[in-house]
Amino acid sequence: MPKFIIIKESDNCATSLEDIQKGTEVKRGGNDILQINDEIPLGHKFALKDINRGEHVIKYNQIIGVSTMDIKKGDWIHTHNIKSAYLEDVKK
Amino acid sequence: MKEEFMGYQRPKGSVGIRNKIVILPSVVCVNNVAIQVANKIENGIALPHPLGCGQFGPDFNFTSKTLSGLAINPNVYGVVVIGLGCENITSKLLARQVKRAKKPVEFFDVQDVRGGTIAAIEKGVKFAQKMSKAARELKREPFDFSHLVLGLECGGSDSISGITANPAVGVVSDRIIEMGGTSILPEFTEWIGTEHLLIQRAIDKNVEEKIRSPLDKFLENTMKIGIDFRGVQPTPGNIVGGLTTIEEKSLGTIAKAGKAPIQGVLEYSEAPKEKGLWLMIEPGLDVESMTGLAAAGAQIIIMTTGRGSPAGNPVSPVIKICGNPKSCDYMRCNIDVDASSIITEDKTISDVVETLWNKVKATCNGEQTQAEVLGFNDIAIWRAMNFPFSALKI
Repeated sequence: MPKFIIIKESDNCATSLEDIQKGTEVKRGGNDILQINDEIPLGHKFALKDINRGEHVIKYNQIIGVSTMDIKKGDWIHTHNIKSAYLEDVKK
Repeated sequence: MKEEFMGYQRPKGSVGIRNKIVILPSVVCVNNVAIQVANKIENGIALPHPLGCGQFGPDFNFTSKTLSGLAINPNVYGVVVIGLGCENITSKLLARQVKRAKKPVEFFDVQDVRGGTIAAIEKGVKFAQKMSKAARELKREPFDFSHLVLGLECGGSDSISGITANPAVGVVSDRIIEMGGTSILPEFTEWIGTEHLLIQRAIDKNVEEKIRSPLDKFLENTMKIGIDFRGVQPTPGNIVGGLTTIEEKSLGTIAKAGKAPIQGVLEYSEAPKEKGLWLMIEPGLDVESMTGLAAAGAQIIIMTTGRGSPAGNPVSPVIKICGNPKSCDYMRCNIDVDASSIITEDKTISDVVETLWNKVKATCNGEQTQAEVLGFNDIAIWRAMNFPFSALKI
C-alpha cells in the first residue's frame, strides 16, 4: 500500500510519500478506494476527487491553485493542469 | 528544569556561540589580503565579497550595513577591517560601526602601508593574533535561550519540506520564543500567497501594513516591467520536487515560523529591536538570505532543504535538516538532521523536533555543523540597483 498524506481533511489533493505507479489502488480511509491514473513521483500530488476546470485545488486547507482543465479523481496534479490562483483569487 | 547553553558573554549583553576573529575586507580589491591574514589565525575567518566600491544609494547601505552587521554578530570576538584606500565603503566607516558595539576592532588601508600587500598581511596578522590570544582566554558560561536569535532558512525546497522539516522547525522556533528568545523569517518572495495568514498573526495594524505593503509594491512594480513573478517561483528544482505554485511553496515556507505572533518586519540585515518572531525583507536566495540573517545578529540558523544544499555561513553555524529520503541518502555529509523517518519509518514531527532541538543545543554549546566541518562559509550581499543594465538603454 503506497504511502501518501492528506494534510487537512478539507483538502482535495493528497501528497505522495513515495513514487506511486500508474494503476495502483490506494485506500483513503474506510472503503474509499482510489485508482491512481498517472505516475506520481515522491512529493507530488494527486486528486482525491474530480476537480472541474476553474475549481480551486486545496492543500493545507488553503487555495494553492486553480485547475486549467478537468481533473479526474486519481490524476496527477501539477503545472500541466493547475496554475497559481494568487492574483485572481487568493489576494481578493 | 530551565534549559541553558554554554556561550560567550559579549559587550552590551549579547551572547555568542562561537568565538571568531573576523578579517573584514571593506572592498573586493583586498579580499586576498584578508584571506591570507585569516589563514594564519586560530579562529580567524575572512569575509571575502565582490563589493565595496562605486556603490551608491540602497546598495551602499546594504553593503555597509551587512558587512558591519556580520562583524558585530555575537559569534565574533573581534574584527580587523582592511581597506584598499580609494573605495567608498571605507575601513574607517566599518570600524566605526563595529566600535559602537563595543567590540575590539582595528582597521587600516593597504595603500597606507609601505611594503604593499606583503607588509599589509603582516600588519593584519599582528592585530589579529593579539585579538585571538585575548579571545582564547574567554570561557563559555551558561545562558538561557532568551539570548538566542534564530534564523529560519529554507533552500532547494520540495513539497516534502513543507510537511516534514519545516513544521518541525516551526515548533523549535516557537519553543525559543516561549523561552524569551527571537526568531527571524526572511525570504519575502516566499510569503506571497500567504499574506492573509501572516497578517492575522501581526501584533498590530502597523505591522499588518508592513507585511502587506512590500508585497503589493513588489508585485505592482515587477508587473510594470513585464515580469509576472508567478512565472519565477517556484523554481525549476522546486517544480521537479512537486511544488506547483507560489502559494503552495509559501505555505510550506511559513511553516518554519511556527505559530508565534509577528512583532514586525525588518529591512535586509537589520537587527530586531525586541524579542519574538520577526519577518525580514529579503529576496529569497539562500546565501544572500543567510548573510542577512547573520548580519541581523542571528547566532544560529536552521536551514531546511528538500533537495539538498551544502550552504553555510562564516559567522553563524547553519544546521541543515532534510525530510526527503533520497536527498538524505545522496547528500548525507551535508545534512545534520535526517527528518525523512517521518516518511520512511512512521516517526512523527514531534520525534524530529526533539532530535532537532538536541542538535540546536549541541551547536550552541560548540558542536560543529556539517557546513562548518566541510568549510561552507560563503557570503553574498543583496544588490538593489548597482549600475542597472536597463538604464543604458533608456
